[in-house]
Amino acid sequence: MREKIIYGLGTLAAILLVMNLHRMFLGLPDEADQGAIYRIMFFHVPAAFSFGICAFLALFASIAFLITKNFAFDAFAVSTTEVCLVFGAVNLITGMIWARIIWGIWWAWDPRLTSMLISWLMYAGYLMLRQAIDEPTQRARSSAVLSIFTFPGVIITYKAIDWWRTQHPGAVLKFRTGQQRMDPAMEATLWWNVLAVGLVAAVLVLIRMRQENMQRELDGLRREAHAL
Amino acid sequence: MDVRNFTYMFYGFAAAWVIVVLYALLLTSRENKLRREMDRLRRMIEDREVRK
Repeated sequence: MREKIIYGLGTLAAILLVMNLHRMFLGLPDEADQGAIYRIMFFHVPAAFSFGICAFLALFASIAFLITKNFAFDAFAVSTTEVCLVFGAVNLITGMIWARIIWGIWWAWDPRLTSMLISWLMYAGYLMLRQAIDEPTQRARSSAVLSIFTFPGVIITYKAIDWWRTQHPGAVLKFRTGQQRMDPAMEATLWWNVLAVGLVAAVLVLIRMRQENMQRELDGLRREAHAL
Repeated sequence: MDVRNFTYMFYGFAAAWVIVVLYALLLTSRENKLRREMDRLRRMIEDREVRK
């Protein structure tokens, strides 16, 4: 069943991505001030959404693990955190490439960028922590606590453009500003790509969770082999 | 069209896809390793049970 869901979501994501790329390059004109490079936004913003959603799911799974001690939640937390890091990296690197042209610099230590980098590094620390602890219960408990303490960084990143004057552009999407600040066709394409990238993230999380289950099965086999 | 602007747009798209594809390859290689290890252990357990 899970295999069918993975293939189904993967196919849907591929179709959406092809449609969106067609719309980005052949349907939409260059932006008046930025030229062609504004199209990076169509991956930069969806990657940020996937990062945020995965981080939220990891928070939920970490709290659920601490309450229930069910290792399925730990498997879900590590899977979403790993995918969260991948899309965080996409967000940071595409943003840097865009900034090189628009700002003339690769990086600025402004609150939005800095809080995003700190959150990313904290989630990377989460994966390193897991590598460092062998005992499964202690590993799951410690990493759940770290995940919970890391999540406020994601909220700070999200709200940074409202709380401080940042080099990073302010909010432009309608759901945050209440007004149509971006061309509706561009915003619609952006949302379609949020969905497509989100589906890719969901497929990666499902595959990663399957590996966590395999790892648990493997640990069982190791114990069985050791006992014989 | 500004060539530099277009080139950096290409770098941005390429970077996004390279990161996702590298992660997908990492997942594939990790899964193959897990499957090989499981097969090895299953064979080892079967052998030991036969010898008993």
